[in-house]
Amino acid sequence: MSTLKIENLHVSVAGTLILKGVDLEINSGEIHALMGPNGSGKSTLAYALAGHPNYEVTEGSIELDGENVLEMEADERARHGLYLAFQYPVTIPGVKVADFLRHAVSNVRNPDRKEGTELISMREYRKELYEHLDALGVDRQFARRYLNEGFSGGEKKRMEIVQMAMLKPRFAILDETDSGLDTDAVNVVSEGVQRLSSANQMGVLIITHHERLLQYNIPSQTHVMLAGRIVETGDASLAHELHNLGYASVRERHPDAAAEEEARQKRETVASA
Amino acid sequence: MTLTATPLPVTFDEAAFEAFLATRDEPAWVTERRQQAFSTLQDKFEVELDPEEWRRVNLRLLRPQEFSIRSAAGDAAGFDTNLQHAAEFGGRVIHSDGRTQAADLADELRSSGVVFGELNELVKSHRELVERHLFSAVSPETDRFSAWHAAFWTGGTALFVPRGLKVEQPLHSLIGLASAGAADLSHTLIVLEDGASAALLEETASATDEAGFHLGAVELILGQGANLRYVQLQNWNDKTFHIAHQTGRVAADAHLQWTVGGLGAKLAHIHQDVILDGRSSTAEVNGVTFAVGRQQLSYYTQQNHNAPDTRSDLLYKTVLRDRANVVWRGMIRVEKEATRTDGYQRCDSLMLSDHARSDSIPGLEIETDDVRCTHGATTGRVDAEQIFYCRSRGLTEFEAMHMIVEGFFHQIYDRIPVQAVRDVLGAAVEKKLGIG
Ligand SMILES: Nc1ncnc2c1ncn2[C@@H]1O[C@H](COP(=O)(O)OP(=O)(O)OP(=O)(O)O)[C@@H](O)[C@H]1O
Ligand SMILES: [Mg+2]
Repeated sequence: MSTLKIENLHVSVAGTLILKGVDLEINSGEIHALMGPNGSGKSTLAYALAGHPNYEVTEGSIELDGENVLEMEADERARHGLYLAFQYPVTIPGVKVADFLRHAVSNVRNPDRKEGTELISMREYRKELYEHLDALGVDRQFARRYLNEGFSGGEKKRMEIVQMAMLKPRFAILDETDSGLDTDAVNVVSEGVQRLSSANQMGVLIITHHERLLQYNIPSQTHVMLAGRIVETGDASLAHELHNLGYASVRERHPDAAAEEEARQKRETVASA
Repeated sequence: MTLTATPLPVTFDEAAFEAFLATRDEPAWVTERRQQAFSTLQDKFEVELDPEEWRRVNLRLLRPQEFSIRSAAGDAAGFDTNLQHAAEFGGRVIHSDGRTQAADLADELRSSGVVFGELNELVKSHRELVERHLFSAVSPETDRFSAWHAAFWTGGTALFVPRGLKVEQPLHSLIGLASAGAADLSHTLIVLEDGASAALLEETASATDEAGFHLGAVELILGQGANLRYVQLQNWNDKTFHIAHQTGRVAADAHLQWTVGGLGAKLAHIHQDVILDGRSSTAEVNGVTFAVGRQQLSYYTQQNHNAPDTRSDLLYKTVLRDRANVVWRGMIRVEKEATRTDGYQRCDSLMLSDHARSDSIPGLEIETDDVRCTHGATTGRVDAEQIFYCRSRGLTEFEAMHMIVEGFFHQIYDRIPVQAVRDVLGAAVEKKLGIG
């Protein structure tokens, strides 16, 4: 049993404080949903967890089984079993999916691997990769394509889940993996996530604006973020309610956060004008 | 030394030339040609270099009086050579400090009529072959450097493949510099008769970290329907100077594939001409350069279309880091008679730091209609988001950088059919990045 523990997390980006004290605890095998209006800070939390250098933690802590995650570089975090499925996956021209992922898998499975030393066996690796591509409905020829280059939005998202399946993290953060996917693809991906979380006891934080992914992966807790704080936590029914009714009632229940949100939006409008 | 008129450097002046000739045991025709070239050299030092070609080359860094031709070779054992063991070669020639160290050729190639070896020997043993072709592609008259080379050339690698013969195994040539202040003026001469084919992989390497000076020339002469793959991988240490005139002449229906790798040198300037003389001749030119520190690499490339239905395709890929500077000035020239020419040139640069500088200047000069010529140049930088994405998958920063740089070169690697060259370039890139 592993625990990912976030306490009083404050994160600023380019000098602006975005997260203002986030507390969240996820155990192995648990599924948590994170919802909240656009700009409330969900991706910021995801990036801070993954160790993006532009996201500066000014206060608070992130611990993985008692180890200080904040002291780890992004790649060390991956080797410790953290995984982020990006909201906007990055394109790397000229780098084949299969080559990229073989390096990634080699490092994550052998955390002490030195640069330039042997990679995992090609034969086993290929077999495994094909299995996961097949399971997630991705044509095998994608293994030889350049990473995300010319991929459709949905293909990129599926590839994020293929990578996750290969890396078998202890904790995964899915940042709007379901957006940009057609109905069939959402189903395939949802099943994929479900398989991984039950087979590997992977803990998952699902950031979403939709419901489908959560129907397959029923969250034990649903968190609502507003203006950089988690203002409410409930069960699966909260996700359902927010999806149907929107955030008006959340803002009503948390007038201070709603006011902060509004002030920030005003500032941004002024700044961009 | 500047673009403008200067006196001859003391190590290459008249007295030095006489002394040099005295050490050479050469046929009279060779000596006469040298003397002619030396007089051209004296004239050329009186005139300015073509600013179009040389303006962006910081020649002030080069002090030729600090370099001289050696009468004995430095130790060739220590060369940091990569190609040598990367493939099964049909023959090899190794030079150190302008002196031959080894020359050999597989018996079956020798008996089928291939001539491969050291130019100093071949001017004596194969006069009829050498006299006709030597300096037929690179003219000593071009500028002071071509004249300088033609007066003082120290030796070199020569390959002749007779009509219709296809040499399957690649050949290897190593140009090395081993002692401080040594000058190498080696000459590479490749002649393929009609219908012949061959591959020569040539590399330059330093045995020490002492400064050296290479003033070279490369002549690639392809008969009708011939097919040549020529690679020159410049991998000197970062104190060495490299200046060279390199020309490929391609007859009808022949195909030249020419790859230059620019990894080493403090200052390098290569004048690379492809001349498509015959109808339906084609050339593919690939450039891979990776400059770091304060390296300055410069390429002046010309694709000359002199006949109808010719095709040339040039792709350079340049990676720069630190304060490095890479210049590429390209020109496609299409003569009046060269209708239905298809010319392409492109240079892409990838910057790994803010202080590096890349100048890419394509150009077209077209004297006829009915041609298709396109050119392009791009400059991009490694994106922090790409690095982060890689790292979030468990790659270290170096591995991420490596992936991205390899990805950038991939398009070129895909064009090079020789696995050994890809491997060696890949390994050299890793080394430059500080891994492996
Ligand atoms: N790199 C950045 N530079 C400047 N501002 C940023 C940066 N990243 C995030 N922000 C700001 O931080 C706030 C939170 O953004 P974030 O992307 O975390 O929102 P989100 O909850 O993921 O929204 P969405 O639902 O639209 O994905 C926004 O106001 C955004 O503009
Ligand atoms: Mg987001």
